[in-house]
Amino acid sequence: MKSFIISTLVMAFTVFSAFAQDDIATLRGEAGLNQEGAPPAMSKVLNKDIKRKRNYPMQPPTIPHKIDNYQVDLNTNKCLSCHSRKRTEESQAPMISVTHYMDRDGNFLADVSPRRYFCGQCHVIQTDANPLVGNEFIDIDDLLKVEQAQ
Amino acid sequence: MGVMFWGGFNTALEFTNTEEFCTGCHEMRENVYAELQDTIHFTNRSGVRAKCSDCHVPHDWTDKIARKMQASKEVWGKVFGTIDTREKFEAKRRELAEREWSRLKANDSLECRNCHNYDFMDFTRQSKRASDQHSTALAKGEKTCIDCHKGIAHQLPDMTGVEGW
Repeated sequence: MKSFIISTLVMAFTVFSAFAQDDIATLRGEAGLNQEGAPPAMSKVLNKDIKRKRNYPMQPPTIPHKIDNYQVDLNTNKCLSCHSRKRTEESQAPMISVTHYMDRDGNFLADVSPRRYFCGQCHVIQTDANPLVGNEFIDIDDLLKVEQAQ
Repeated sequence: MGVMFWGGFNTALEFTNTEEFCTGCHEMRENVYAELQDTIHFTNRSGVRAKCSDCHVPHDWTDKIARKMQASKEVWGKVFGTIDTREKFEAKRRELAEREWSRLKANDSLECRNCHNYDFMDFTRQSKRASDQHSTALAKGEKTCIDCHKGIAHQLPDMTGVEGW
């Protein structure tokens, strides 16, 4: 009996994995495990300076421009040379939010909190690459609208 | 005799403008030259590139001689090892950078403009941010290239207190 269950499970798993193989898109593509596939062309960074809507709740705004060679280190932070509180009047860039000036206990600091200093940890550029998987996210406002209409 | 001296002088002058000469010392080769190599002025889609002297030595003869005379101080620096370690270089980075910023500020970014000519810029081919700035602040002469484009060819020093940072 025990061996029957095991062999059934093994068979079911083999059949399932055979089906699954066609459906799953991998980054490796069609190339076999022991081969090196042709890499896709490098995608271009979108540089249109147009703000995008969010793709999931609490998403940090994506960067709508190129950030090639932007220096963010102990010496300086290139992003903040436009987006910091004291620079936005001249640059007319979006000001980083007040949460970036708070430490983890909610105290306000005079300058950007060290834990928020590395912009690229949360904010990222977008490229013209086709997404591997779709996104079915609907923003809360749209959901409420649908509900009210019913 | 005069011709020989003049020719030799000019050849020497030209030689000190080559990248081989500039990167002959480890101070330049391992700090600023290494940093240059992943920037747009070294590697880009069309393969046009700037070498050290394109940005750091004036092209006009009189200005060039003046700069070369100033540069004799760098020989002193080399002999006495002013920046012969990474730590010494990092400690002097702000001072060295400020010297170049003020030079470019004073000559209205002449060395930038030797290649980047404002009159031939096509704003429609620039990003919105770029064309906004170039058609206003730069056009009116309120700002010059180096005011915004600091740290495009080398790493920036500690920018505390620098205007615009």
